[in-house]
Amino acid sequence: MSMKRPFEEIVAQHGPTVLRVCRAVLVRPDAEDAWSETFLAALRAYPDLDDGANIEAWLITIAHHKAIDAVRAQNRRPAPVAELGQLGTADAWEPPDDNLWAALRQLPTKQRQAVAYHHVAGLRYAEVATIIGGSTDAARRAAHDGIQTLRRRYRDSQDLASRKGIHS
Amino acid sequence: MINSTDPLFASLSRDETPTTARLHDQLVAAADADRLLDVAYRTVDSPVGTLLLAATDHGLVRVAYQLEDHDQVLQTLSERVSPRILHAPRKLDQVARQLSEYFQGERRDFVLPLDFRLAHGFRREVLARLVMIDYGQTETYAHVAAATGHPRAVRAVGTACATNPLPVIVPCHRVLRSDGKLGGYVGGLHTKAALLSLEAGRYADTNSASP
Repeated sequence: MSMKRPFEEIVAQHGPTVLRVCRAVLVRPDAEDAWSETFLAALRAYPDLDDGANIEAWLITIAHHKAIDAVRAQNRRPAPVAELGQLGTADAWEPPDDNLWAALRQLPTKQRQAVAYHHVAGLRYAEVATIIGGSTDAARRAAHDGIQTLRRRYRDSQDLASRKGIHS
Repeated sequence: MINSTDPLFASLSRDETPTTARLHDQLVAAADADRLLDVAYRTVDSPVGTLLLAATDHGLVRVAYQLEDHDQVLQTLSERVSPRILHAPRKLDQVARQLSEYFQGERRDFVLPLDFRLAHGFRREVLARLVMIDYGQTETYAHVAAATGHPRAVRAVGTACATNPLPVIVPCHRVLRSDGKLGGYVGGLHTKAALLSLEAGRYADTNSASP
């Protein structure tokens, strides 16, 4: 007999973290769509999940695949050229600290994923490596490099914003 | 839950409640459409405290008093019915409405699909018998035992009442001891007394001026 907790508790406990991870790798509305698809897929598979499984790592793994699907779909979409340019600038729908999210999404894929899964979701590097592939050391290096770039770009954009007297 | 100590991510600890609440509602709708919502639940306030209501595709499967510990009741549903459980209040609107009417003295019968999967064997037979006791009427544990064809199973009838997964709706509060005493009740004896009082019309009396 399964000793699983009600799925509602899983959504309540991990929903915000998964949302942050989705935002780290996708823009809205894709980030929210990825969240919804992640939890719907998780709900479907939940009864068959091992009772001792690490729920957070399991959810981030699903979100990882949903995000890859979303990016592929985005690339297939005949998007107007302007859309790409808008990714880095303030979108009226984005969270207020959009500079950070934008800088995060501009990182090379592996770095972005490593930063999102380790620093945003709080997974250990070994778990991050299992999700994105490669060694634990490679995951640690990718996260480190990503953070360095992020810190530099984020600071630059903050400086730029304050010099211009704007906060977009 | 941000584990990172990097100050760069301080802004990430912002409260996401409005967004996650909206996404939760969308998840419930999508799960329902995909037939993945095995157990829907909500709570309602009542004169006998907050009640937990849970339903499957087949109907109402559980009503629980606070005394039973709602978190524990949900955990048991997760283990015995399905862990695909979501807070989905609208799926239980009809139940909530009928209960509200009952507690206002405006409803004598519940017209709801019921799912008896949490009761087995003799206990289920007893519940089927209890549903036939009319509003405002009472029977003794011995009467119910006789009616099920097992006149000596008085204790077992008591156990069936004590483990009734659908109190209020399946009226185990209408079963008393042969000596006229209340017996036991899953929601506490004061709750049993309150329900019997309500059905005797005494709630209404206290609201209107006595002659």
